[in-house]
Amino acid sequence: MTKQANTNKIIKTFDDFYNIIDIHQYKNISFHHHLRNGDYVLNMVLNHYLEKKVNNINLYPSAIFPSYSSILHLLENNQIDNITTNYCNGPVAEFISNNGLSGKLTMQTHGGRARSIIEGRSKIDIAYIAVPTCDPSGNAVGYLGNNRCGALGYPIADSLHASKVVLITDNIVDYVDSPEIKSENVDYIITIDSIGDKQGIISGTTQVTKNPIGVKIAKNTAKLMDELELIKPGFSFQSGAGGISLKVTDYVKETMKRQNIKASFFSGGITKYHVDMLEEGLVEKLYDVQCFDLEAVDSISRNTNHIPISASQYANPNDPLMVIKDLDIVILGATEIDYDFNVNVTTDSHGTIIGGSGGHSDTASEAKVTIIVSPLIKGRIPTVKKRVTTITTLGKNIDCFVTERGIAINPNRKDLLKKLLNSKLKIVPIEELAHIAHKYTNIPKEAKKRDKIIGEVEDRTLEIIDYLYLK
Amino acid sequence: MKYSAGSYESSDCIVTVSTHSKTDIIIESIVFEQFGDQIKDVISNTLKEQGIKDILVECFDKGALDYTIKSRLLTALKRMEE
Repeated sequence: MTKQANTNKIIKTFDDFYNIIDIHQYKNISFHHHLRNGDYVLNMVLNHYLEKKVNNINLYPSAIFPSYSSILHLLENNQIDNITTNYCNGPVAEFISNNGLSGKLTMQTHGGRARSIIEGRSKIDIAYIAVPTCDPSGNAVGYLGNNRCGALGYPIADSLHASKVVLITDNIVDYVDSPEIKSENVDYIITIDSIGDKQGIISGTTQVTKNPIGVKIAKNTAKLMDELELIKPGFSFQSGAGGISLKVTDYVKETMKRQNIKASFFSGGITKYHVDMLEEGLVEKLYDVQCFDLEAVDSISRNTNHIPISASQYANPNDPLMVIKDLDIVILGATEIDYDFNVNVTTDSHGTIIGGSGGHSDTASEAKVTIIVSPLIKGRIPTVKKRVTTITTLGKNIDCFVTERGIAINPNRKDLLKKLLNSKLKIVPIEELAHIAHKYTNIPKEAKKRDKIIGEVEDRTLEIIDYLYLK
Repeated sequence: MKYSAGSYESSDCIVTVSTHSKTDIIIESIVFEQFGDQIKDVISNTLKEQGIKDILVECFDKGALDYTIKSRLLTALKRMEE
């Protein structure tokens, strides 16, 4: 595909852009979510699709956040046919749960999304890529500029494979070194006043939990990892930005310091806690697909071993460089888990869409040990069910489930169970955890059966592992 | 007069009681589908235990367990007596 020469890529306004490009000819469009709830660009672009009454849009955002209100308006006007994404939360999620789409909703994983774009299953006409900093030829990075967001892992596949690649930026500099998005793939650069609101760009949830239940769960997880002898020289580790996961990371750090152990790498969403460990020499490398706080963002330019990676390099099963194929341990959350260890982080127990895999299924599939941490009861709903409302990650990829009142090990992991034979921890069958929960909550009445399919959960293997139903 | 006990925190509820021409129980709960009947039973059984009739009980629930609902109701009733 020939891209424009380095000159004349810069366009002053969206109106100028749509004088060059016929908006009605480009219905498969993609966005990334690195600016999270602070993103101005997605709404700015889609408002043009609203005004110009573009119909039959197929949307490929890497995630949908509550502030992405233009998507809701397009849905209300029935202008969108299909949505393919990795995570969906807020009014758009509620609307789809209650109304469905004229086409369907496809929930992919981070690795699966990159794979689908690279392998040509997701054909993107225009990739609209908000970038915090780029040069006049279109070399771009995410970790510099006033509205910096950190690694730009998600839109890299889009930039390589979309028919048209449009950068939207509020910061053009003379020259960008080691770009994440490369100029040779960029067709246009649209300059605007501001790509986002700083407050919303940083997720702000990255705090170690102080909640006594969360602390207990983290403590149990640390003891479990200790008994399984998982913290050993050269190990690799991923934990999310949830309060419990971070508390687990805190305990891992203590163990490492006490036993003088150095890790090979941490991957995934990176926080200040991971950066501290890098700078204290406790871990060799951070492979970063997405930063969760400003400390992580600013570490990229300072630490050469804090390495931004693409979603493909992070988790695409067909990418030879995939980082998580070497991952030893991952700590993940769950909205629900069932007797077969299937995990749901896509819908709540009422069938409303509240999230999606992100990298959940990717990392659970690849890591040698996958540990789910969750309170046993959340707002009277027991976390353990006979069958989850929606399967996000298949039970065969889940190994341990740690709660404040006991730990269940997947019976398929006989090796782990053997190691835990003389455990001091309360190891019980997962059904027993359900019974313990029911003693407090009683048995919840089953939600009414739903039968109208509105979407599907597509695993990174391309297998459809579950369906989403109209509420 | 209305008398209340509890909070809007997750896993808690606010129970409000007031005198009424008959016994009525109004429940709004985030887990109504799963536990609505159970919440109603806890409230009506507690009223029976206390021998109280002709009362309006409003319960705004954010996933409280039975003993929480019961203690919030008893506290609201105590406040009404005082």
